[in-house]
Amino acid sequence: MKIIVINNEVEAKEGEFLLAALRRQGIKIPTLCNIDGLDPSGSCRMCVVEMEGRPDLVPSCAFPVYEGLKILTHSERVVTARKAIVELLLSNHPDDCLYCVRNGNCELQGLAQEHCVSERIFSGSKNSYKLDYSSPAIVRDPAKCVLCGKCVRVCEEIQNVACIDFAGRGSKAYIGTAFDEGLNVSSCVKCGQCILVCPTGALTERSHIDEVMAVLHEKKKHIVVQHAPSVSVTVGEEFGLKAGKDVNGIMTAALRKMGFDRVFETSFSADLTIMEEASELADRIQNGGKLPMFTSCSPGWVKYLEEFYPEMIDNLSSCKSPQQMLGAVIKSYYAEREDIDPKDIYSVSVMPCTAKKFEIDRDGMGRGDTSDVDAVLTTREFAKMIRMMGIDFNSLEPDGADTPFGIRSTAGKLFGASGGVMEAALRTAHYFLTGKELEIFEIKEIRGMKGIKEAKVMIGELEVGVAVVNGVGNAQKLLDEIQAGRDDIHFVEIMTCPGGCVAGGGQPIGADPEKIKARMRAIYKIDKEETLRTSHNNPDIKRLYDDYLGKPLGHKSHELLHTHYVERKDIMK
Amino acid sequence: MDRAVIEGDPYRLIEGMAIAAYGIGASKAYVYLRAEYPLAIQRLKDAIEVAKTYGFVGNNILDSGFNLEIVIKKGAVAFVCGEETALIKSIEGKRGMPKPRPPYPAVSGLFDKPTIINNVESLANIPNIIREGAGWFNGVGTENSKGTKVFALSGNIANTGLVEVAMGTTLKEIIFEIGGGIPDGYKYKAVQIGGPSGGCIPESEIDIQIDYESLITVGAMMGSGGLVVMDENTCMVDVAKYFMGFIQSESCGKCIPCREGTRRMLEILERIASGKSNETELETLERFQSVLHMTDLATIIQDASLCGLGKSAPNPVLSTLRWFRHEYEEHIYERKCRAKVCKELLTFTIIEDKCTGCTLCAIQCPTDAILGSKKHPHYINFEKCIGCGTCLEVCNFDSINVE
Repeated sequence: MKIIVINNEVEAKEGEFLLAALRRQGIKIPTLCNIDGLDPSGSCRMCVVEMEGRPDLVPSCAFPVYEGLKILTHSERVVTARKAIVELLLSNHPDDCLYCVRNGNCELQGLAQEHCVSERIFSGSKNSYKLDYSSPAIVRDPAKCVLCGKCVRVCEEIQNVACIDFAGRGSKAYIGTAFDEGLNVSSCVKCGQCILVCPTGALTERSHIDEVMAVLHEKKKHIVVQHAPSVSVTVGEEFGLKAGKDVNGIMTAALRKMGFDRVFETSFSADLTIMEEASELADRIQNGGKLPMFTSCSPGWVKYLEEFYPEMIDNLSSCKSPQQMLGAVIKSYYAEREDIDPKDIYSVSVMPCTAKKFEIDRDGMGRGDTSDVDAVLTTREFAKMIRMMGIDFNSLEPDGADTPFGIRSTAGKLFGASGGVMEAALRTAHYFLTGKELEIFEIKEIRGMKGIKEAKVMIGELEVGVAVVNGVGNAQKLLDEIQAGRDDIHFVEIMTCPGGCVAGGGQPIGADPEKIKARMRAIYKIDKEETLRTSHNNPDIKRLYDDYLGKPLGHKSHELLHTHYVERKDIMK
Repeated sequence: MDRAVIEGDPYRLIEGMAIAAYGIGASKAYVYLRAEYPLAIQRLKDAIEVAKTYGFVGNNILDSGFNLEIVIKKGAVAFVCGEETALIKSIEGKRGMPKPRPPYPAVSGLFDKPTIINNVESLANIPNIIREGAGWFNGVGTENSKGTKVFALSGNIANTGLVEVAMGTTLKEIIFEIGGGIPDGYKYKAVQIGGPSGGCIPESEIDIQIDYESLITVGAMMGSGGLVVMDENTCMVDVAKYFMGFIQSESCGKCIPCREGTRRMLEILERIASGKSNETELETLERFQSVLHMTDLATIIQDASLCGLGKSAPNPVLSTLRWFRHEYEEHIYERKCRAKVCKELLTFTIIEDKCTGCTLCAIQCPTDAILGSKKHPHYINFEKCIGCGTCLEVCNFDSINVE
């Protein structure tokens, strides 16, 4: 159908909203509250347009197109209204842009610039709020909140957690947690998806930059760092590279330049996770253990299960996540090998994830007062530190990871994309159960962005049913089916964030679905092009078992690589 | 007045709802009622039970094969839940926040099902119209506004309460004949019609016929059917401030123009009506600047807000500005309130000739602004006076002058 935009005919599709049609034509319409793929909320009013036959301005995000619709997108009336909306928001916004974590990529700041806001038009009172610093992963600053409601919708409609919502009335309306108790006592799973959609600095990760910087400058400790599989295909975006550009070697070089004594890849310990997890699966299948088994590498998902399905805790693999496994072997095997007191090691991880900041302090992580991992930097924090240290990222020569964990298989790398853990685990489980390698490694059915992906894989005589849940918001359907008696599934991979770690809550802000797909493709390309594609054939993994751990699920493994979970029924606990 | 219908004759509503439900093929109907109206709730509950026993509600009504369940949903007294999409959210158990239309409720409403939403008064009219015929109903009223309308008369008027008048009745008739005029010999100033987001009608327009179309021409609306009469002791800036304060605190906070815009609007009115003796130059400048932005801001709130509450929120200001601009100007430039309502703008002086020097005012003054010795005329220190009016209240000799 045709609509008329500023006297020009423009093509539009039946049933779509005006905003989508305009954007396809390259007409830029500002928004603050729009989330592609969700029902429009129409709350920010930035996208309003003038429409023939309507007395008031119409939000293009929520107005379905019809044939012959006539609109003006940038008339004086429209631009004046948009500018006034920005001015109104600024009248209740702290004037501390220079100190704000989102300075430079804040949507409100961008809109103020675009609309030439140059003075404070509306003076008056501002709301004062306390910073919610209660969560180990996410910091909420309601003073910077513009109440676009995107975090609320992502938390409820996409992640199915719903730990925050609107409260209060009028200008005292705010977004808060149940009983205003702080995020740490809410059902928050720390996924950080809210941070990714927040247009301002109202939601940020709990930064570990200062701590890490202090340790790096002091040089009193032996400082090691690990970087997660997905970070190498996303951090480049922070330095102007295309989404999905793999900068693994450059990242390693950058970390060395920053002063880390050893640089390891979490993909190595992902291989280790596979050894333990595949063994656990084989054990459960052979010895009648609790099935289906759930993966446990995504801490947001683990918290979700503890919170909403505590009765299924036994289904959860007892394996620690790769971050914690590497942390544990660094402060045990590596420490012994290098003859360093584990207390003198400071262990940092670079993660795509905010929940990892929560995971390091979980009960059962570390031994005694030695924690497995001491600090977690998100991809965004890592990029900031690179800039702070004056490192010219794009001119670095690639470098490799350090011994004794220098080699990783592509199976470990697959952990970065939804479905990757499953593919990696099946490669090894097949070997463990049959003594033979899988003939075809790729399982196409469990790749991609679908919410729940299922496949049947033959392991010897046994048909193994597997399911991959992409985003914790899709878990409920499958979990309810399992509780209702569904028994054709043996193994379930669940990643908290839609898309998996490549779209984690710690990743660069501003990713669209296309970028996320490009990040995923990059991971699969690495798997396709390299030769070491199975965890159990990784020579460094073999050496680790031969020299130290013994065998998967052995005594040492249990001490170092496995953990336990807690029931969290009551949010006030 | 909807409450009066439910408390007085709930069967009319039930019958109207049953007919409406039958008309659109709905098997479930909700009455959204404020929880703070327990009598209305109880009477409606009882009436529904009685209707059920007679087979007027429930399954197979009057052997027609038609079923209807009527559910009472108690609301938590949010003004915005009068907006239909917010009301729907509230019935669904969610926070009462409006959503953009289209889709209109008739297409996708309660639980995403086609829904019609009507006022109690409208539904309660249906049985009579069906029984007596459309011609009977259309026989009353004007060309475009048919039938009658119930108003809630209140304020400075002799007879307060509910009145039902034919559409087209003049405002003058309602106030001076039915309402019995303004008590205590004061002069009529204006009437606020249509609730907090309606508009005011001055004396010059008092001959206006009350119908939907005419009200719009004077910047008012039928709205809730509230009719608040104000006499000459009412300050119109204060009225605008009062209604703006109400709307601001009842805004749901979802859309920015309504949430932030009404707040700034209220602050502008507060600045106009306040007059601190120690106002700084910056504050004076801000006061003048904000006045300049007031009408622009009102236009944007009307233009860009999400729902009816926001779109009509600036009405009290625009309407008072239209008819009582001179009062605003007096407040802003002369710093005077002719109705002597905006206390901070009042100047209190002691009339020397009348003052007996009894010292009562000086003793009672909370800021020690009144000086003088016993049995000699006192005087007021303007710098200290906060305009509270205590001296005026306590003086037994009429010696306090207020301007």
